[in-house]
Amino acid sequence: MSASRTADALALDPRALRADFPLLSPERPGGRVVYLDSAASAQRPRAVLDAMDEYYTTTHANVHRGVYAIAEEATRRYEQARVTIGRFVGAPRPATEIVFTKNVTEAINLVAYTWARKELAKGDAIVLSEVEHHANIVPWLMLAEERGIELRYIPLGADYHLDLSDLDKLVEGARLVSVTSASNVLGTVVDLAPIVAAARRAGALVLADGAQLVPHRPVDVSLLGVDFFGFTGHKMLGPTGIGVLWAREELLEAMPPFLGGGEMIRDVRLDGFTPNELPWKFEAGTPPIAEAIGLEAAVHYLEGVGLDAVHEHEARLTAYAIDRLRSTYGDEITIFGPEPDPVRRAGVISFAFGGVHPHDVAQVLDTKGICVRAGHHCAKPLMRRLGVGATTRASLYLYNDEEDVDELVRGLGEVHKLFG
Amino acid sequence: MAGLEDLYREIILDHYRSPRNRGELPAPPAHRVEGFNPLCGDEIVVFLDVVDRVVVDVKISGQGCSISQSSASMMSAAIKGHTVEQARALVRSFKSMMSIHEAHLGTEDGGTEQAAGAEILGPDSLGELAALQGVVKFPVRIKCATLSWNTLTQGLDEIESEAAAP
Ligand SMILES: Cc1ncc(COP(=O)(O)O)c(C=O)c1O
Repeated sequence: MSASRTADALALDPRALRADFPLLSPERPGGRVVYLDSAASAQRPRAVLDAMDEYYTTTHANVHRGVYAIAEEATRRYEQARVTIGRFVGAPRPATEIVFTKNVTEAINLVAYTWARKELAKGDAIVLSEVEHHANIVPWLMLAEERGIELRYIPLGADYHLDLSDLDKLVEGARLVSVTSASNVLGTVVDLAPIVAAARRAGALVLADGAQLVPHRPVDVSLLGVDFFGFTGHKMLGPTGIGVLWAREELLEAMPPFLGGGEMIRDVRLDGFTPNELPWKFEAGTPPIAEAIGLEAAVHYLEGVGLDAVHEHEARLTAYAIDRLRSTYGDEITIFGPEPDPVRRAGVISFAFGGVHPHDVAQVLDTKGICVRAGHHCAKPLMRRLGVGATTRASLYLYNDEEDVDELVRGLGEVHKLFG
Repeated sequence: MAGLEDLYREIILDHYRSPRNRGELPAPPAHRVEGFNPLCGDEIVVFLDVVDRVVVDVKISGQGCSISQSSASMMSAAIKGHTVEQARALVRSFKSMMSIHEAHLGTEDGGTEQAAGAEILGPDSLGELAALQGVVKFPVRIKCATLSWNTLTQGLDEIESEAAAP
């Protein structure tokens, strides 16, 4: 671990950390990349790759099946990963409340297909927000179509924060409030406390999409007060193919199973089945074992650096980036997102640049080895709300530094030269 | 690695900065057809005024990147005043120029492409459209270049099936 915590400040040295990430090495075949797309997917430190490799090399067997030693060891390590990851987000009962899924999209769908399809009927309402990722809209649109559920949306305010002024009215009579904890387009960090409070008053449950929060800040699901919480491994230095749903145990107990198959049953007869205990009831088929172990290694890595240090570093770098972009390009750049704020804003910077299409911006930046995202970021309703088809998005993580931001600013100069 | 100059030829930037046939036509009588690139959210609207199998007027609206916009602009200039058959032949030629990679990206209309057995013109006959040839070196941008052409094909199909209807 190359991170160092000094006594006076939670210091983090992004350059030193970068040495842990093979893809970010200056010696990478094809050249060094300036990676500014961690909101889409982060890179992995060698510790994660090693953990998975080591597992496959020494221990792999299917879990919860064999009686032989390596199968038992595989099971133990898989279940241990569950507990580590659960503790990382403050789950009170990690061994039963942490369900592994393919990604956060599947975690949200799990709630939509089990809890919601059991509990909700025609005329019931679900409250979402205007800034949601498609992963937290489409499952509910599908349910709405199927069941005649009403969807309501917390609007986006002029300051790029959710406008909570009519919240009590919006949640009145609703059964579920499902919102992101941080926007993958605007960088807005959603203040969940008033949303949870209003939902409680209305008797609604709360699902928070933690995809853009868990990688960047300390999170405690009990403190958040939510009922369902999902996040995704690949955005928090972990592997692809694994995500997490946390929910309170009594909720999970009452929910019907999701996918059917092996693992998720206690007994199967020709005329019926008995579902397995928590959390396996929701994990049909061979689970992502190596991925769970990889994600556990990512959690250890993040804990080693310290989530407070990550948060502090990103807040500072975000303010630096916004300042540099504005002071260099003035009116030529429009940033879609809140003003820098250590609490209420994360390191996702979406912008429009001088009328140049984001595809063209990203293409020119690519020739300088700068990776940014161009497109609608799986948030088309938000794009419509912003009145754009697409944006260019630079997103920051623990391994980015001022130099990366300076490269971006210089790269935009090239865009300006070609299209300006 | 292919350089930016392969992609952003001067003529492409010219069509992007001053697009030809930009605007709308009253529909009806013109035919209006929309195309989307779900990848990037680009949208294009093609207005076609076809009289006696001749594209007497064409207008393009919508939003997109320099490649999709310039491709649409060049397309509109190339088909205006020509017959539906000529327009379709041009679509075939253009798409065959783009097809080196698009074959792998999966097209919806692979079947109809060869069916007519009509001649496919070489890049020479494509005129300034040949400037878009460099796009094939940037596979993700091929969909940008072909968006307006797929939309045109859809529009021509709709016009012909309407004409065929009793
Ligand atoms: C806020 C948010 N929710 C959901 C997702 C979906 O994540 P995944 O594709 O890993 O399910 C993303 C990632 O793009 C996201 O940013």
